[in-house]
Amino acid sequence: MKYSWLEVFKAGFSGQKQWPAAWPEVSPKAAYDVVIVGGGGHGLATAYYLARDFPGTRVAVLEKGWIGGGNTGRNTTIVRSNYLWDEATNLYEHSMKLWEGLSKDLNFNVMFSQRGVYNLGHTLQDMRDIERRVNANMLNGVDAEVVSVAELKERIPILETGKQVRYPVMGASCQPRAGVARHDAVAWGFARAAAKHGVDIIQNCEVQALDIEAGRMKGLQTSRGYFKAERVGCVTAGHSSILAAMAGIRLPVTSHPLQAFVSEPMKPVLHTVVMSNAVHGYVSQSDKGDLVIGAGLDPYSGYSQRGSPHVIDHCASAMIELFPIFSRVRLNRQWGGIVDVCPDACPIISPIPQVKGLYFNCGWGTGGFKATPGSGHVFAHTIGQDQPHPLAAPFHINRFVTGALIDEHGAAAVAH
Amino acid sequence: MFLIHCPYCGELRDEQEYRCAGEAFIQRPGLDCTDEQWGDYVFNRTNPKGKVIEQWAHSAGCRKLFVVERNNVTNEIYAVRTFESYKEQA
Repeated sequence: MKYSWLEVFKAGFSGQKQWPAAWPEVSPKAAYDVVIVGGGGHGLATAYYLARDFPGTRVAVLEKGWIGGGNTGRNTTIVRSNYLWDEATNLYEHSMKLWEGLSKDLNFNVMFSQRGVYNLGHTLQDMRDIERRVNANMLNGVDAEVVSVAELKERIPILETGKQVRYPVMGASCQPRAGVARHDAVAWGFARAAAKHGVDIIQNCEVQALDIEAGRMKGLQTSRGYFKAERVGCVTAGHSSILAAMAGIRLPVTSHPLQAFVSEPMKPVLHTVVMSNAVHGYVSQSDKGDLVIGAGLDPYSGYSQRGSPHVIDHCASAMIELFPIFSRVRLNRQWGGIVDVCPDACPIISPIPQVKGLYFNCGWGTGGFKATPGSGHVFAHTIGQDQPHPLAAPFHINRFVTGALIDEHGAAAVAH
Repeated sequence: MFLIHCPYCGELRDEQEYRCAGEAFIQRPGLDCTDEQWGDYVFNRTNPKGKVIEQWAHSAGCRKLFVVERNNVTNEIYAVRTFESYKEQA
C-alpha cells in the first residue's frame, strides 16, 4: 500500500483501524545472496538500497532484538554535514542530499526538519577553527556561515550570550540545511521500503558464529538456525568487535557508552539545534516538546548501555550555563548507547581483506545517525559490486595499515 | 559510577580521579615488523565485552599506572594490581 492523504481519508470511514502491517512477518529462507547483520538504521538502509539498486539479489536483515532498538533509538537525532575534511564532508553531504528526499523516496514521513544547527565557539581558537571549517564547507558546496554573538542573540533569544558566565559564547557556525529527524520513523521507513523490495527482516535472531571456509564466507549460525550466504555485511555498531572476533579478526575500534537524556515535554522554546564542543553538550527540542540533550562519551570502554552519572552531570551544568531558562526543567529519562569509536573518528565502510565476502560498516562513533541513508547507500554498492563505492573508498579498513587516516577528531563540529 | 582502590595510595577513590589508558599488555613489535603488524599494534584492539584488563592512571593522585581487571558491562572490579605483580607471577 502506498501511504497518501487519500488512504488516510478512506481509512477514516473505519475509524483508522484497517491499516495493514507496515511490513510482513516472514519465515526465513535457508539461503540468501546477502545477509545484513544488524537491523538498525544503517543495516536497514543498506538492505533497502541493495534490494532497490541490485534487483534480483536475495537480501535478509538479521536483528538480535527488534529493529531500531539499538543506537537508532538511542541517539539525539541530529543531522548535519559540516565536517572539515573533503572525504568526510563528501560522505555526510551525500547523506544529507538523500535525507532531503527521504520521506518521498521511502513513502514514509521521517519528519526530517531542516531547522539549522549552531556550533558554538567559546574561545579564540574555537572561533578560528569555526572560520576554517566554514570556509572548508563552502569550498565543498556545503552551506555554512559564521554567526556573530549579536546575531546569535537575535536568532536564539534564550541562549546566554552575556560575559558573566564561565565560558562566554564568542560566536558560532551555522548550517541552515542541518536539522533533526524522527529516529524511529527512519528505522520503520527503511524496514517497510526494504520489505517492499523483497528483503526479509528477521528479528530476535542473534548471530552465534560465522561460517568461514578457506577465507570465504559460507554462512551464519544464528539462534534461528543456519543461513547460507556468501556475502555478509556487518552493521552492528558498538558490538562490531564481537562479530569481528567470530571471524578471527580485530578491528581498530573501542566501544564506549554515549549518554543522552530528555526532559518532560514543554511548549516550544527552542526552534533549532545548539551544540557546543568546548563545554560539551547539544540540545534540540523534539516535536513532542521534550528537550533532547546529548552528553559526551564515558572515558573508558564499556557495554553497559547506562554510562557514568558524572558525564551527564557535566553536560547538564553546561546546558544550564548556556540556557539558564532550563535550570528548573525536570528530566524524564536517561540512557546510554554503545558506540564504536575509531582512532580517527571516521567510520570503516569496507570489505575485510582476510575474508572474501565479509564486509564491515562500523566505527561511526558518536555521529552515525546523520549518515544513515548515505552509509546504507555506499555500503550497499560496496557489497553489491564487491568494490568500494567511490565515496566509501577513503574509509577502507586498510587506512589503518597505510596510515592514510581522515583525522576528524576535533576537526568536526563537535568533539568525537 | 564506581570506586577504584589505588594500589599505590592504598585508598578507595572515585573513578573521576583516574584516567583509563586502554587495554593493558599490548606488545610492541620489533623494528623489522611489517606495516600490517605495526598497524595492528597501533590501532587494532580486542575490545571484548565482559572482562577487560586495562591500564589506569591515578591522574589526580599519585599519577602512577597500574592494572585494573574490570567487567565493562557491570563495572564490577575483579582486581587492581601493579605491573610488578604480573612479572612476579610470570
